[in-house]
Amino acid sequence: MYDFTYHKPTSVADAVALLAADPDAKPISGGHTLLPALKHRLNKPSALIDLSGIAELKGIKREGDAIVIGGMTRHADVATSAEVKAAIPVLAYMATVIGDTQVRNRGTIGGSVANNDPAADYPAAVLGLGATIITSKRRIAADEFFLGMFTTALEEGELLTGVSFPIPEKAGYAKMRNPASRYVMAGALVSKGPMGVRVAINGAGPCVFRQAAMEAALSSNWSADAVAAIKQDADGLNADIHGSAEYRAHLVTVMAKRAVINAG
Amino acid sequence: MNVVAPFEGIGASLRRKEDSRFLQGHGNYVDDMDRPGQVCAWILRSPHAHALLRSVDVAVARAMPGVVGVFTGADTQAAGLGGIPCGWQIHNKDGSPMAEPPHPVLAHERVRHVGDPVALVIAETRAQARDAAEAINVDYETLEPSVTMAQALRPGATPIHEGVAGNLCYDWHIGDKAIVDAAFAAAQKVVGLDLTNNRLVPNAMEPRAAVGEFDRYSGDYTLYTTSQNPHVIRLLMSAHVLKLPESKVRVVAPDVGGGFGSKIYHYAEEALVCWGSAQVKRPVKWVADRTEAFMSDAHGRDHVSRAEFAFDAQGKILALRVATQANMGAYLSTFAPCVPTYLYATLLAGCYATPVIYAEVKAVFTNTVPVDAYRGAGRPEATYLLERLMDVSARELGIDRVELRRRNFIAVDAFPYQTPVALQYDSGDYQTTLAAGLETADWDGFETRRAEAARRGKLRGIGISTYVEACGIAPSAVVGSLGARAGLYEVGTIRVHPTGSVTVLTGAHSHGQGHETTFAQLVADKLGVPTAQVDIVHGDTAKVPFGMGTYGSRSMAVGGSAMMKAMDKIIAKGKRIAAHLMEASVEDIEFDRGTFRVAGTDKTKALVDISVAAYVPHNYPIDEIEPGLEETAFYDPKNFTYPGGCHIAEVEIDTDTGHVAMVNFTAVDDVGRVINPMIVEGQVQGGVAQGIGQALMEACLYDDQGQLVSGSMMDYAMPRAEDIAPVSVATHVTLCTHNPLGVKGCGEVGAIGSPPAVINAVVDALRDYGVRHLDMPATAPKIFAIIQGGQKLAAE
Repeated sequence: MYDFTYHKPTSVADAVALLAADPDAKPISGGHTLLPALKHRLNKPSALIDLSGIAELKGIKREGDAIVIGGMTRHADVATSAEVKAAIPVLAYMATVIGDTQVRNRGTIGGSVANNDPAADYPAAVLGLGATIITSKRRIAADEFFLGMFTTALEEGELLTGVSFPIPEKAGYAKMRNPASRYVMAGALVSKGPMGVRVAINGAGPCVFRQAAMEAALSSNWSADAVAAIKQDADGLNADIHGSAEYRAHLVTVMAKRAVINAG
Repeated sequence: MNVVAPFEGIGASLRRKEDSRFLQGHGNYVDDMDRPGQVCAWILRSPHAHALLRSVDVAVARAMPGVVGVFTGADTQAAGLGGIPCGWQIHNKDGSPMAEPPHPVLAHERVRHVGDPVALVIAETRAQARDAAEAINVDYETLEPSVTMAQALRPGATPIHEGVAGNLCYDWHIGDKAIVDAAFAAAQKVVGLDLTNNRLVPNAMEPRAAVGEFDRYSGDYTLYTTSQNPHVIRLLMSAHVLKLPESKVRVVAPDVGGGFGSKIYHYAEEALVCWGSAQVKRPVKWVADRTEAFMSDAHGRDHVSRAEFAFDAQGKILALRVATQANMGAYLSTFAPCVPTYLYATLLAGCYATPVIYAEVKAVFTNTVPVDAYRGAGRPEATYLLERLMDVSARELGIDRVELRRRNFIAVDAFPYQTPVALQYDSGDYQTTLAAGLETADWDGFETRRAEAARRGKLRGIGISTYVEACGIAPSAVVGSLGARAGLYEVGTIRVHPTGSVTVLTGAHSHGQGHETTFAQLVADKLGVPTAQVDIVHGDTAKVPFGMGTYGSRSMAVGGSAMMKAMDKIIAKGKRIAAHLMEASVEDIEFDRGTFRVAGTDKTKALVDISVAAYVPHNYPIDEIEPGLEETAFYDPKNFTYPGGCHIAEVEIDTDTGHVAMVNFTAVDDVGRVINPMIVEGQVQGGVAQGIGQALMEACLYDDQGQLVSGSMMDYAMPRAEDIAPVSVATHVTLCTHNPLGVKGCGEVGAIGSPPAVINAVVDALRDYGVRHLDMPATAPKIFAIIQGGQKLAAE
């Protein structure tokens, strides 16, 4: 990696000020995407602003009909949270199947959502549950947040501070892992609740997306059979040595079906 | 109170002595070496698969902060450095030698694969060296790459090496083609199969690393390197590359984190850090990162073959005919030419009494990383070919696949058995290992399990592989006649200290095998010294007299045998000393596990009495025997050893996704005498895990420009624990008849026997989908396409 300056602020305000002062600085949370990129010299930030010292970014709490998770909360903490398990079990389950133990002990929900890797898990939960992104300056609806591959509605110097998940009536998640990276080849999170019936697909396309036909089908008939017949268009989906766009399109239906079964 | 020491000898599942330091993080690896004044090297590597080097401008790099030296191929050529030598020469069908193009330590005039070293940059820190490497301006003129063997062999392909016509390294054969063709002409039934053996990236846990240290006052060089065979590296590097007297070079291979073959070979970086150290007068360290490992460690396998069995009306094999193309990559790695010939074609009899065999092998240069031996080396390719062809034949002959194997096995009373492809097997019992495998795997109960799986929507399949391999490499005269440029004996020294503890010096090298334990068990068994008082020294040319290293499952069969020979010498000398001390005739002295006894009396001397006398020779036959108690033996094996056995895999396929899950794996192997059952079990399980990886997941892939697409763990699918079924390991022993331990070897059997068992299971699971064969790896999309295609067939 190239040399950079290291900062470890203790408040969101300080972190935002540091980001504002240096347009080439980057915030770092768990570092599971950024550190490998730095080691490969694919990224050359002037400074890293380590968010791990900011206490206000950590923690899980229930606020009315929502679970609010601080941006620096580790996957392992979400996976084992009694609060999350009771209110949104699918979210706790998803956290248990992200990466491996080492990843879950380092990676954070804020880092994952802000990075918007198409093959990450959490974006499917945010979009599929209709969550709200909380930043250092505003609240952003999930539907407005994920703009494209590694691209979000976050502006320069804007920090994701938390995610507020409305509590669904039922929700399920299923995914197939890439055999090499173990990231998501294709996954689906389905839910029914205050945000309506939602189906979010991750892994298969360049960005997490909602599957409208499946949402319509589940709205009239919440069952695995309802989505089983719906074919995902392969056009525009990812294709690589691990699977063609057509294969991923097929997996979308399979995973949606399984997600509905998992939702109960 | 009578304290009975726990049995630590041959056959004891002793816990590994070395694990204490490994598990506490106190292993001593090359990257742990930091020499005074050390600087760091970075290798600039080619981003192109095939290009002319029009110029390499290092002026800016030389002036970068911290840089102490920048060297290019022009510099190493001017300094007179030799190329990386090849250790084996194969001859063509017409008797002419193989093409053996130069393999410079730094590319000169041309680069031939992505990752080919172009410049050596040495700086105070690794980051500074890398910064400077990025500032080197290389003018490449790209050439058309030949990425696949088919591309390299097509008429008009750009030659990768000057003077190597058609990119052909050699066109070799074994057997009598006319006799085999005649057998085919007379056959009742011929079954043929085209198949590939997928290219693999070895991926030892510890990447390669090297520290070179030149002492300007003595002129001595020390190389610390991640090697499976430090003496071989010293020989190749000093004699061929650096052109130094061997006595000026010390090579140390300390703790090494896995090799699987990839650390046998002499690599350019080893010579570069030594030569570079002499240039900058500082010790130089180089450590590969994982990306470099993918593009510079020798790869494995990569065969394309056509195979045919000729059968009589009863399903007896009359003949086998094989044509194979083997990818050598861009240059010849140290042992590359022997892998698809003498470690492959000579194994094509397998465990079957095939009367005549003809095999031809074309070795091909391509613009890819060099390919060499990887766990099993040639024998997995032979086994995969035979065992897939056996299953396809069984189906097409309408004979049960187990029965067809039984019908063709070499009989237990046929040993020693001369195969038609040069090897003579000394022992084996294939019917028994097969029967044990079938019973352990509950082969007969499979259809019930398949039906149960079907109710869960899964396709369940079972597959078998029966195999033999040749290891314990190797009789020097035999391999010499086959083109080896080295002897393949091993060396062992037994040093009995004055107080009776023992140091063993061995030319074998442990990089995961547990030698510090198993070799100590030999001493405990034979000399009666507790393993706590036996230390094993390996991996240092300054300590160990000589050695050929560890590969080809040879450490125990050859290295262990050398120790046994040396211990025989110790006992012989000890008897003479004991005879003197007990005033008896030497012929009357008996020895058993640490005690010398005058036969038929209660007069005894312990080993420690003898060692004290030997080192404090006050009462000693000094005119007849030299003081001291240390003996060295070179052991040259009389033959290869021939482990064999039966592997059975059981899989379940998810029909929605095509994902293949391993649900059970049974290995019953005949590895000869078992020294430590726990270590044998671990070796077999590790090999099976690699075999499952090859069968289901691993694929080294290049794009059409020769870029390594599977160039990192993000895209190269290594098996994890969850991908491996519970592996049941059992042994059935027939002793090797020609070494003193009766051992055969267990390091490679897992990787040799397992891939065809897995693919046979996958094909069996798909028995209703009209699939005759599928190439490894059996990935989910590939299986899903077959399932979809099969459904279409059914619908049409």
